[in-house]
Amino acid sequence: MNERKWWPVLALTLLVVASAFPFYWAILASFTPEARLFQGPSLVPGHLVLDHYRALFTQRNFWVPIRNSLIVAGSTTAFCVGVGSLCAYALARLQFRGKLALLGFILAVGMFPQISVVSPLYMLLRSLRLINTYPGLILPYFTFAMPLTVWLLVGFFRQLPAELEEAAMVDGASRLRAFAEVIVPLALPGLATTAILTFVYSWNEFLFALSFTLGPERQTVPVAIALFRGMYQVPWGQILAAAVVATAPVTLLVLAFQRRIVQGLTAGAVKG
Amino acid sequence: MEAQEARLAWGLVLPALLTILLIALFPLVWTFWESLHLHDLRMPWLGRPFIGLTNYVDAVRDPRFIGALGHTLFFAVASVSLELVIGLWLALALNRAFKGRGLVRAAVLVPWAIPTVVSALLWRFMFEGQTGIVNAGLVSAGIIHEPIVWFIQAATAWVPVILADVWKTTPFVALLLLAGLQNIDTSLYEAARIDGASAWRQFRYVTLPLLKPAILVALIFRTLDAFRVFDLVYALTGGGPGTSTEPIALYTFNALLQNLQFGYGSALSVIVFVVTFALAMVYVRFLGADLTGARR
Repeated sequence: MNERKWWPVLALTLLVVASAFPFYWAILASFTPEARLFQGPSLVPGHLVLDHYRALFTQRNFWVPIRNSLIVAGSTTAFCVGVGSLCAYALARLQFRGKLALLGFILAVGMFPQISVVSPLYMLLRSLRLINTYPGLILPYFTFAMPLTVWLLVGFFRQLPAELEEAAMVDGASRLRAFAEVIVPLALPGLATTAILTFVYSWNEFLFALSFTLGPERQTVPVAIALFRGMYQVPWGQILAAAVVATAPVTLLVLAFQRRIVQGLTAGAVKG
Repeated sequence: MEAQEARLAWGLVLPALLTILLIALFPLVWTFWESLHLHDLRMPWLGRPFIGLTNYVDAVRDPRFIGALGHTLFFAVASVSLELVIGLWLALALNRAFKGRGLVRAAVLVPWAIPTVVSALLWRFMFEGQTGIVNAGLVSAGIIHEPIVWFIQAATAWVPVILADVWKTTPFVALLLLAGLQNIDTSLYEAARIDGASAWRQFRYVTLPLLKPAILVALIFRTLDAFRVFDLVYALTGGGPGTSTEPIALYTFNALLQNLQFGYGSALSVIVFVVTFALAMVYVRFLGADLTGARR
């Protein structure tokens, strides 16, 4: 029995090291002077400087893409969780014809490739003069965020016992009051998890943000980082400093809510 | 009473449904309509004449499109098979280990949660230059004698692309499979052990068959993602050298927003959509069964 126990430990050690190493290396490099970056790598920190972070926020105005990302991801999340929770409640709890077809449809929309709607959305946003604006990003983001929130919330609402709202309705509350006063408070952890996941997906989105913005004043964080490369040289120190800054908020969110996020991610997908 | 409930249900569903119809389904139909036209924004004097399926015929004859299709297939098969094998191994290990689960979960979730563009750039940096960490490591370990210039030929440029994808998504595959493993009744293993089944036979005849649904879900999930790959390649190789690592979504993007060929680009979009939708239908059917089963 005992001689087989080494391999899970080995596998998990490898997993943790392999996951963490690129981060360690990027963080280390983001504090290393540019001239030393490609002068023979050393795994232990040597001469550390804050130059890249300083340049990021002074020369590059990196707070602009951060602000843009916060506005776009925040608005998308607020709208989708609000509207999506009503839809998800109906799908999880009420009986009506066409419900399964509707669920399947929403799931299918969530899976379709973003690239297949880039051309009409571009022309639509151009004719509405919404290219390079916040609404011009938030509206397209609904294409993936709305199915995601509905899908996750249906899963969370189903886990709540039906007796609770039935009891409230026997006491004379309407469906909607039962939803607002019984279900929503109970589903708060699920709503929070859904909001976090929607925010993370929106924060990370790249194709729409690249297609529907024109200049630095409306670019989101991933687009700004991807377009850092200059014509003649790649400012690796600044790119990696930006990567650390862009990664920090999602990393903190995900670490704080890791147990719930894993539940949310795997609940809908598995169970054969 | 029932009619009333149905009316309320549709009232609640409607805002979300209208949003989806307006911002997703309507554009999709428009893409298809656009793909039947010659529409080149660089040549506005040509107008927007209806040309039937000409764009699709052009696509089939376009070597860059056929190349992009091939790159996408290669990327999907290489990355997804690696992710499934490594993910299964990790899930089996996670299922056994009780200590350090929190640490492992963090290690699993963080690569998954960061922007794909960022992970692409982290890997580009590690493979960059004669003295990057990968070259330095391989040379000092004696595996290669001369540093490799990874990004000047397709064969080596694919290595960081596939590694970055495996690094970012294998943990997610492992999580899906772990959830599947935890649903397997442990008494089945006891019964198998009493019958004298070896560890390999337990894996082969108990674990694998019962894990099949979870494996299938992970497989379809990942294949769909791999077919849509864009961010990773855009930020890591830019499709280069030349167009030798350019996947279909990147070529479509270039046709649309670099070359402004909206008619032709839309035809490419429709092809991407049809391929992924065919895959997605399998998934929906699969999950659909689960949904009806889960109703109480």
